[in-house]
Amino acid sequence: MSLSPAPTRPLRRRLSDTLVLRPAVLLAVTLLPPLAWMVVVYLGSLVNLLVYSFYGLNDFTGQVEPRFTLTNFAQVFTTPSNVDIVVRTVLMALAVTVACALIAFPIAFLMAFHARGARKAWLYVLVLLPLWSSYLVRVYAGRLVLAQDGVISALADALHLRPLLDGLLRTPVVGGPSLASSYLGMFLVFTYIWLPYMILPVQAALERISPAVLQASSDLGARPAQTLRRVILPLAVPGIAAGSIFTFSLTLGDYIIPGVVGAPGFFIGQMVYTQQGTAGNLPLAAAFSVVPILIITVYLLLARRLGAFDAL
Amino acid sequence: MNSRPSLLLRVSALAGLLFLYVPILIIALYAFTTEDRTYRFPPPGLTMEWFPRAAARGDMWAALRLSLGVALASTLLAALLGTLVSLAMARARFRARDVVTLLLILPIALPGIVTGIALLTTFQRLNVPLGTATIVVGHATFCIVTVYNNVVARLRRTSVSLVEASMDLGADYFATLRRVLLPSVATALLAGMMLSFALSLDEVIVTTFTAGQQQTLPIWFLAELFKPRDRPVTNVVALMVIALTLGPILLAVRLTSGTDELHGGGKSA
Repeated sequence: MSLSPAPTRPLRRRLSDTLVLRPAVLLAVTLLPPLAWMVVVYLGSLVNLLVYSFYGLNDFTGQVEPRFTLTNFAQVFTTPSNVDIVVRTVLMALAVTVACALIAFPIAFLMAFHARGARKAWLYVLVLLPLWSSYLVRVYAGRLVLAQDGVISALADALHLRPLLDGLLRTPVVGGPSLASSYLGMFLVFTYIWLPYMILPVQAALERISPAVLQASSDLGARPAQTLRRVILPLAVPGIAAGSIFTFSLTLGDYIIPGVVGAPGFFIGQMVYTQQGTAGNLPLAAAFSVVPILIITVYLLLARRLGAFDAL
Repeated sequence: MNSRPSLLLRVSALAGLLFLYVPILIIALYAFTTEDRTYRFPPPGLTMEWFPRAAARGDMWAALRLSLGVALASTLLAALLGTLVSLAMARARFRARDVVTLLLILPIALPGIVTGIALLTTFQRLNVPLGTATIVVGHATFCIVTVYNNVVARLRRTSVSLVEASMDLGADYFATLRRVLLPSVATALLAGMMLSFALSLDEVIVTTFTAGQQQTLPIWFLAELFKPRDRPVTNVVALMVIALTLGPILLAVRLTSGTDELHGGGKSA
């Protein structure tokens, strides 16, 4: 029972006043639950992963032992076969990123500079659909196309290009018994799956180029090719950098594509998966997964300097 | 540059788009093939028999049910957390803004396998049994940013004067939230939820680490990929999965078209 003469305001009104009059309270109420989730669940897990990567494995029981050791990292960075895995994965990620940028550019260019109205909306949906639709189904589709007697090989026969295909498959390193079991095939599937992640940021970057800039370029006497090289390409760099974060990062961690379109030789993702599963060496798996974290961190810093974050 | 695109540009763009779409069409074709051992092209004959065969697979239906449940739960959780953080980030200026943004995009900027194994080690340490709940936790974590991207973009385009007018007319904060703010972001929120639903329905890498013995549809599909029982059944289910995710995505595009860009840059941007 309050003796104060002022009429007590209803609770709801008081709460509302606090939120309106004290922005800090409003900020805390809206920010804390999601922030707590991200910090506790996600960041907490990442820290825990890092801790695990320094744990050891009991040689006799195969159980994880919480004692500090650098053995796992020594294994990742000094065992030649493990170094190979890291190098192989990074090279594939780079190759896929370059290929995605090359294929994405004309599509993004057409979307940004030529398509208008309904046609533009359609193009947008066409690029968006594969990005959000099933990853696994598309991986599977890739394998179907590459299979021994599949579409590509049927097409090669029909066009009398069989010798060309066989020649490619005989090429050392990239070749193999069939497209579906070669690095070339794996590269094609990676590029196919991540391509939309590159198209959209590049398109967004090109979209932001003012027509006035292009006009100025041509008024100053630049031929279209010169405008492309000296004006459009530099302005597209932030978009390409933004897209490359995804193509690069997704390739670094994938363990399914290298498993489905198999060439011998593990990738980082497969190593993490195998070590935590069948091999039962969670600390080594953790150490392996720290590698992409390190690489991506460096990559993000680099991409930020290229303006990727403004293009996201 | 509204001139007609050059032949080279049109051909290379078309080739790129064909590269994106031909494999999907091939899957549709193989769902009807009479050949069940190899991927021989062209298929020797066409049949409808794989559709009832797929429908008869109980394990597939169970996986689908689990996937739908997980997608619903993680979408609702992500919608709540994503909307809250958008309300915080839309206008307020505070020092840690960039850190919050980074924190939100980290689960999609880092490879899924990192998120997956990080969650797995944590669940093991805390003795949390793996199951439906742990799958939902993983999915909600990377779905928050999808909702956030859509809602925050709309909030930034919602004029502050609307909120001020509402308060001037005597509405308290909650009434303003319910009658002004939420209606203005409703379609963006729904679009974000649709995308996060589609994302959860499709996620496999994080899920393999957090699912334990549970089988979501993508995990079922993955198992079929490596050890197919009826190969064409896999094609039929693939076709079904595409149809299933297509709906929410098209709806999301429709909900945001004309108002603001659907931040496609991704599972990402």
